[in-house]
Amino acid sequence: MSPVETPAPPAVAVLRAEHVTKKFGGLVAVNDVSVDVRQYSIVSLIGPNGAGKTTLFNMLTGLYRPTQGRILLGERDITRARPDVITRYGVARTFQNIRLFGAMTAVENVMIGHHTRMRAGLFGSILRPPWVRREERQTRARARELLAYVGLRKIAFDQLASQLPYGDQRRVEIARALAAGPRLLLLDEPTAGMNPRESEALTEFMRKMRDELQLTILLIEHDMKVVMGVSERVTVLDYGKKIAEGAPAEVRTDPLVIEAYLGRQE
Amino acid sequence: MNELRAQLREWRAAVQKRLPPWWSRALAGSLIALGIVLPFLFPSSSGFMNATIIAVTYAVMSLGLNVVVGFAGLLDLGYVAFYALGAYSLGWFGSGFFFKARVHVLVSPVASTLPGVHLNFILVLIGAAAICAAAGALIGLPTLRLRGDYIAIVTLAFGEIIGVVAVNGQSVHVGGGMTLTAGNLGISAVDAPYFPGIGSFNLLNLRPWYWLIFGILLVVLFVNLRLRDSRLGRAWVALREDEVAAVSMGIPIVRTKLLAYSIGAAFGGVSGAFFGSYYTEVNAGQFQFGFSIFILAMVIIGGLGSIWGAVVGGLALGYINNYLIPDVLNGLPGKFGLNFQLTQVEFGIFGFLLVIMMVLRPQGLIPERRRRLELTAEIVAEDAQLAEVPGTGGDAT
Repeated sequence: MSPVETPAPPAVAVLRAEHVTKKFGGLVAVNDVSVDVRQYSIVSLIGPNGAGKTTLFNMLTGLYRPTQGRILLGERDITRARPDVITRYGVARTFQNIRLFGAMTAVENVMIGHHTRMRAGLFGSILRPPWVRREERQTRARARELLAYVGLRKIAFDQLASQLPYGDQRRVEIARALAAGPRLLLLDEPTAGMNPRESEALTEFMRKMRDELQLTILLIEHDMKVVMGVSERVTVLDYGKKIAEGAPAEVRTDPLVIEAYLGRQE
Repeated sequence: MNELRAQLREWRAAVQKRLPPWWSRALAGSLIALGIVLPFLFPSSSGFMNATIIAVTYAVMSLGLNVVVGFAGLLDLGYVAFYALGAYSLGWFGSGFFFKARVHVLVSPVASTLPGVHLNFILVLIGAAAICAAAGALIGLPTLRLRGDYIAIVTLAFGEIIGVVAVNGQSVHVGGGMTLTAGNLGISAVDAPYFPGIGSFNLLNLRPWYWLIFGILLVVLFVNLRLRDSRLGRAWVALREDEVAAVSMGIPIVRTKLLAYSIGAAFGGVSGAFFGSYYTEVNAGQFQFGFSIFILAMVIIGGLGSIWGAVVGGLALGYINNYLIPDVLNGLPGKFGLNFQLTQVEFGIFGFLLVIMMVLRPQGLIPERRRRLELTAEIVAEDAQLAEVPGTGGDAT
């Protein structure tokens, strides 16, 4: 895997978490973590199981409120914003254990992703004036486009999400997130359950998305090959604390990181 | 059994392939036409007409509850509350109950001489819908943080509260010697629907009543169909399927859920106001907990989440409850020398029907497309599994 070229990043932080802490009762799941994600970069969040990675994701997307600290999206403080509002501001995510709407087709799932970009309300939906029809038509067309973009086969478009094979479900989930029109895409273990070839394809695809859709990507990942191959920066969490941060090569040789993953050598 | 099912599926697919693409529209059109001419086929004040009017009203209620339970997946066990509020809307704004007031808007010449608040029936319907929509949002609020069974408990309590308020409202004074409700005495002499140019409805001729409620059914049906295939309808299904994923995709939980409650409640209110007028009385005794379950049974028997299922479920239970059991089969036990009437055991019959239904056709009479797809897929998967395991596939069936 060749080292990643950094595409001249404008020094703008899309996302900035400042001293974020999350406590569940006595348990400190995330402890005083600060993360900066620059525009158009791909940043990985790694760490052993239970390190607080997903908890941090849940705070970034508004599912959890941080106990302390604040989160900025661009200039905007989203620390206390509702998840659906954060989505509207341009953050979309996927889940570690795929959470598609099983009783809806692949296309419908992606149309849900477009929800925040649509305007039809109660009366618009009932009366269905021309602009609502147009909006529906465009949303459907856009959903099909996105499904094609993530590489779903045409015959799977109108199948129920729950009946798609695992790899396709992952694809639909990414398409659904893209439909929200995000600036920042959060991927929670996108390669979980994939074989090396699929992982490599996804690594390529992440770069492609970043370049073509002008995205910033923050991902949680366990597969070190993917992490080293795709990320420009890596943040390492262990027991809720940030123990290292930097370019992949630096992080890989950091004694603290090695200790966290392999244990202390006596 | 599995082979039989597979054969039936094949036949259905074959039939559907041969039908022209407009057949569903043609079917809907002819059903509507049949619905319009139906009253001419029966005497204008027959027991069957009476049962039909009640059954169609049930179908409207069933459609309303289906929005809440079927679309949005919020189990509501207190739907009778909206029936009550709708009926009281009529009692308050379409009778002489508030006898100190004198408000008359577009009502029949007779009613405009009477004391009380008398609004035109259409205005009462709109008012009932608005009051119930607000009440629906109100009951929705405390359930927002709850899931599943806990929602059911809160709605159940709400239904009971409204029932108790209805009974005891006769002790709640609203000034001038007037009370909130008339409790078990009932508000009687409520206004019959009146339309300028057509006149007042009366119970000697049931046809206008039927056309009115049939028209309401068509409107409610239209709204349901439009909502199902809309941004809002998709959002409901998404919330039902996975709330966390839905909210992460930008669906506002509070607004979306409250809209489901409100719309469902509004339909309940409209049918409640109609019932109030049709029964010529608004009595606290009408609003029992059992009625909530009765409406829920219609939705489930029809097929949870299915619009046509809700209509069929409402009509079916309406006819069974108000025609088949009391008018047709009531004397049946007597013919076998048994000393009881069928109306005495009607809840037993409904319970039995429900059990039979759940055993033979758990997805309902007309399952929702999504659930049908899901269930079919499950059966296909089961069949495949059966075929793989030696000794279970071939021999057992």
